[in-house]
Amino acid sequence: MHNPQLDANGKLKHLLTIEGLPKKILTQILDSAESFVGVAERDIKKVPLLRGKTVCNIFFENSTRTRTTFEIAAKRLSADVINLNVGTSSQSKGETILDTVDNLIAMHADMFVVRHGQSGAVHFIAQHVPDNISVINAGDGRHAHPTQGLLDVFTVRRYKPDMHNLRVALVGDVLHSRVARSEIHALTTLGVPEVRVIAPKTLLPAGVEKLGVQVFHDMKTGLKDVDVIMMLRLQNERMTGALLPSAQEYFKTFGLTQEKLSYAKPDAIVMHPGPMNRGVEIESHVADGSQSVILPQVTYGIAVRMAVMAILAGRQAGGGA
Amino acid sequence: MKIHIKNGHLIDPKNKIDTKRDVYIAAGKIAGIGSVPDGFVANQTIDATGLVVAPGFVDLSARLREPGFEHKATLKSELLAAAAGGITSLACPPDTDPVLDEPGLVEMLKHRAKQLNLAHVYPLGALTRQLEGKLLTEMCELTEAGCVGFSQADMAITDTQVLWRAFEYAATFGYTIFLRAEDYYLAKDGVAHDGEIASRLGLKGIPAAAESLAIASILRIAHETSTRVHLCRLSTAEGVELVRTAKKQGVQVSADVSAQHCHLTDHDVGYFNAQANLKPPLRSPRDKAALCQGLKDGTIDAICSDHTPVDDDAKLLPFAEAEAGATGLELLLPLTLKWATDNKSTSFDAIAKITSQPANILGISGGHLSLNADADIAIFNASQEWKVDANQLKSQGKNTPFLGLTLAGRVQYTLLHGQITYQNS
Repeated sequence: MHNPQLDANGKLKHLLTIEGLPKKILTQILDSAESFVGVAERDIKKVPLLRGKTVCNIFFENSTRTRTTFEIAAKRLSADVINLNVGTSSQSKGETILDTVDNLIAMHADMFVVRHGQSGAVHFIAQHVPDNISVINAGDGRHAHPTQGLLDVFTVRRYKPDMHNLRVALVGDVLHSRVARSEIHALTTLGVPEVRVIAPKTLLPAGVEKLGVQVFHDMKTGLKDVDVIMMLRLQNERMTGALLPSAQEYFKTFGLTQEKLSYAKPDAIVMHPGPMNRGVEIESHVADGSQSVILPQVTYGIAVRMAVMAILAGRQAGGGA
Repeated sequence: MKIHIKNGHLIDPKNKIDTKRDVYIAAGKIAGIGSVPDGFVANQTIDATGLVVAPGFVDLSARLREPGFEHKATLKSELLAAAAGGITSLACPPDTDPVLDEPGLVEMLKHRAKQLNLAHVYPLGALTRQLEGKLLTEMCELTEAGCVGFSQADMAITDTQVLWRAFEYAATFGYTIFLRAEDYYLAKDGVAHDGEIASRLGLKGIPAAAESLAIASILRIAHETSTRVHLCRLSTAEGVELVRTAKKQGVQVSADVSAQHCHLTDHDVGYFNAQANLKPPLRSPRDKAALCQGLKDGTIDAICSDHTPVDDDAKLLPFAEAEAGATGLELLLPLTLKWATDNKSTSFDAIAKITSQPANILGISGGHLSLNADADIAIFNASQEWKVDANQLKSQGKNTPFLGLTLAGRVQYTLLHGQITYQNS
């Protein structure tokens, strides 16, 4: 089946999901991100790679954090940035998703960064844009959040460079998580030999083991000897009802505490995509502790998003990145 | 008008004919098979050399969208499509707007269809008012108006007490209940088979158990109340197995599968292809294999088109927001023949699944070419290949997962009451 993210030469045309991307492209993005980490530490935090280009952030679902990091990444590359919160404007007036996109195409944007509440909505947009526009998925439903997956493996690689000798555990709501799906694909593509998921059965999708993960239902065995713990966010509306009885019971069974952290390797790192529910999925003591790399994740997020945009712009210019 | 169909290969499953026979038509009826009736002089001769002559096809599920959804399709556009597909009798589910729960609406639909004179339309009446699953409809009145059975279309009856009573009441008069079995709560908000593909794509799944649980309840109630039930559009291996067992135990049950589900699986969703958004959802390859085997061993009695015309605006949306359904009338024959080819079955068995078998289920007179039967006939070239092209389809619904694919089996003539309603130019 034709992979809609790649062009005829196998170059990255859109970034829609990690699944199906060759290891070579993932590595290219991560290596390129390394060079952008340095940019943020300089006095003048700008490079001219996207000068004259217009990046349009189209958010059909509200988000402050992700939109801001994409905006900073684009601006550091010298692009012009337009932010559009469609969730609060056109959609409520009955405009269809394609109407919205057609209007933005008419405004000659070069790159769309899209978030949408429906799985597959960003693929749908990518199928309908002209060839000169690249689309970056900033999160679609439960499907994918590829830049988050990339920044997470970037962070892992920085702290644990030997990816072929790692044990990684994802903890929490895998069922509803686009982050989890992207993390799993990124880790397995880069050759991490053992990826685990730890969750109650109500928060795991059908056939999750087919994604190449081992399934655990308790923290003690699941966290044993792991090098990396990736916590997942538990949405408020899922804390009570038929998925889970209460936030308290969830914290007791699957929340990451100092005690449960001790099951992992002593030098294990703790990650979280944010925003955190302190006292639900993670204890403050752990979130702010010495093993936490949650804030570096945010910093690296900008570098990774710069790398993705630069590579896509490089293809648009007709060259490599 | 007297018509002589000569040199064709006649397949008439009900009469167990599968050989070269000429067919003679007079006054809209079959006047002779194989031998010329006394004094027969044809006004018209159709040369069917190299073609198959079969009873006009009978489709157990075709949405015509009238009344209420004329922007998606009209009776005329869809009955023209039926004729182009060789279909001369079709049952339509009651989920129109308004719902077919009033005798007057059924009479109007029958009357409109009769005026068009392109196919026999057999409405399935609503089993409950507004399909809400609460109050029974006037089944006797609806039957008098022309309904051949009662259905909930895609709406479930969640109250088992109501379901039980609906069965009892229908059984009182010997009516057949047509249900697509799906547990309302397990299927709620789901858009794809709950398996590896849906998990990868992050689509809300409908577990196979949503079907098997509902089938188990329905079969139990049918057995307890001695009601004749037809299960529409099976999609799971477990469902097929439950029907197989029930048939052995003597439950009065029949079943069909949609032509799409004989060929496609959840893998065809690919990268969120909204054309593959169907009800029930396309399931796993294992389920598809069980459906094909169920057809072969007779557990599944019929193949239906599940014709559901969807307008482009309703399809041109992200997968989960797109309306489910595909156009199917013109694809029923080629997809049925393909099932036979792919599963080492015969054309004879394939034709039975879209003629005599569904006619039996509906309890109608069509689906065979006995002497003096209505001359409802489909004449087709079984090997002629054609490409499914939106512009060439007669149906107002242009959306189907088979767009752009080449299929074998093309209708050349369709006759209704001995009149040619379609001729391939």
